[in-house]
Amino acid sequence: MSTVLEAKHINKYFKKPNLFHVLKDINFSVKKGEFASIMGKSGCGKSTLLYILSTMDTDYDGELYLNNKLISGEDRDHLSYLRNKHIGFVFQFHYLLSEFTVLENVMLPAKKLAEKSLQDIEHDAMEKLKMLKIDHLAKKRASRVSGGEKQRVAIARALINNPSIIMGDEPTGNLDSHNAENVFNIFKRLSDDQGLSLLIVTHDEDFANKTDRIIQMGDGKILM
Amino acid sequence: MTNWSVILNIAKTHLLTKIKQTSIAALGVTFGIGSYITLVCFMTGLNSMLDDLILNQTPHIHVYNEIEPSKEQPISFVENVTESFNVVHSIKPKLSQKKIHNALPIIDYLKTNESVRGALPQIKTQIFYIAGSIELGGNLTGINPIDEANLFNMSDYIVEGSAEALHNSDNGILLGIGIANKMSLKVGDRVQISPINGGIFPLKIVGFYQSGIADLDAIQSFTNLKTVQRILGEANNYITDINIKLYDIEKAVPLAKKIEQQFNLTAIDIKTANAQFETGTTIRNLITYAVSITLLVVAGFGIYNILNMLIYEKMNDIAILKATGFSGKDVQLIFMSQAMIIGFTGGVLGLLIGFGLASLIETIPFQTEALPTVETYPINMNPVFFIIGFVFAMFSTFLAGYLPSKKAKNIDPVKIIRGQ
Repeated sequence: MSTVLEAKHINKYFKKPNLFHVLKDINFSVKKGEFASIMGKSGCGKSTLLYILSTMDTDYDGELYLNNKLISGEDRDHLSYLRNKHIGFVFQFHYLLSEFTVLENVMLPAKKLAEKSLQDIEHDAMEKLKMLKIDHLAKKRASRVSGGEKQRVAIARALINNPSIIMGDEPTGNLDSHNAENVFNIFKRLSDDQGLSLLIVTHDEDFANKTDRIIQMGDGKILM
Repeated sequence: MTNWSVILNIAKTHLLTKIKQTSIAALGVTFGIGSYITLVCFMTGLNSMLDDLILNQTPHIHVYNEIEPSKEQPISFVENVTESFNVVHSIKPKLSQKKIHNALPIIDYLKTNESVRGALPQIKTQIFYIAGSIELGGNLTGINPIDEANLFNMSDYIVEGSAEALHNSDNGILLGIGIANKMSLKVGDRVQISPINGGIFPLKIVGFYQSGIADLDAIQSFTNLKTVQRILGEANNYITDINIKLYDIEKAVPLAKKIEQQFNLTAIDIKTANAQFETGTTIRNLITYAVSITLLVVAGFGIYNILNMLIYEKMNDIAILKATGFSGKDVQLIFMSQAMIIGFTGGVLGLLIGFGLASLIETIPFQTEALPTVETYPINMNPVFFIIGFVFAMFSTFLAGYLPSKKAKNIDPVKIIRGQ
């Protein structure tokens, strides 16, 4: 199986207020179709690692490979493009553009990528919404839908460009158990049916236990 | 890479959902540009009116024979005292004639010059207006009335009668309104005048002249060249002054110098003669621009403020845009285009309001003794002002948008996402 994401000797320091070694020589990889979760106590550096892997944080030492291509040290504009095309992101908080409709929110990354015509993008977006059973919300303002629905909209948005990997920073952390279950099932289905790679940071042990692989972190190191 | 339709769509949505703030920011620009246009049209209108008051009547170059002492006294021609120190007391002006020698050929010669629009002969002389036993001192100027009307807008200052009437009359006079009032004369009456070398000549009043300068109107009258020559008993080549009007006022200084050298006459150019008017105009323009720029800067700060606030409100949006693949530059362009849209709509509205207000001012009646032909407030609707106004609107909103949008560009999405 091919590797989607690989980290080699990742080291990260926080310089303020004191010099602090957050991530210590992290080595791991995510294979295609793998559903992995990262667990660990608060402050162990798991979110920090995720933001490095997501290319948003560029202040680290080490090498990061996306689809077997080295992306460390690329300029920010190119990283934005890679993020746009290959990485889908789901956050703990719902982070939709509240002034836009649900459909526009989902379409936005594809419009930015501009590889398809507007009709195709709209069609794709509706497909993703249908798949997540929220197509009836398409024309609603993002600020007018419930928390669980927002998270599903965010997932639809993460999927719109058919990314290589989906990353989540505690995507169920702010949801009740019913909605959390729902979100997990969606992830599971994406992984099983479409062979999508997922890397999810979570505190929720039930959630983690159901994934293919758990990466335990502690004190800036990968424990197992 | 830049996808304008997406960027503009986001900018549009931001602006429309915050329509109140947007309109306040745009109104700031509108107010600034509108007042700038109104002010500058009105001020320059007034300026050119004030300048015209003097400059229209003033020749660009005035050529005459100056009565002055010789620059070199006879003693300096004596060679054996060149090493000595000479003192000459009681120097008198050199005896010379008032008339310009060979005036008519000189006028013909000047008219062949390409930059000369016209060269008009004049005869200036002192006379007395005789009212019974009272003699009032005054000036009588002999002119070509039609040419003066064409080149020096003389008709604007003829309040009754016309330049043609003077031209057609052999012994007509265009009387200063001040004298007419003093002597209770009306058009068609006769006035007796007497030149300083004696004699009395009755002239028929064909019109009144009002320059707006009371002191001048109380002494100055005009008549035909021939009439003055006859009154003075001089030949028809007797000319004391030549007034030259040019196509380009900037050429006045070099041409005046050339005339002085070539004909050994005194030639005063308009810049030397009316230096204070230029200073006045410059200072008034300076005030206009200072006020306008202040207005625009205030409007610019308004935009800066509102965009700054908008960016704080939109921190989450910025983070999410960046996380989903929009580059810093895209985010900057979103906010820049918001600023430019505000600047554009505000600017265009401002131009319209400025145009409206200026047109309104143009209809307000404005009557003054000094300006017989002016009926409403003067407005100078120069397209250049509108272009400057629009460019300034775009430029100031660009600056006001640049700094906040630069900040948005550099926002670290990780900090915002994790900070929640």
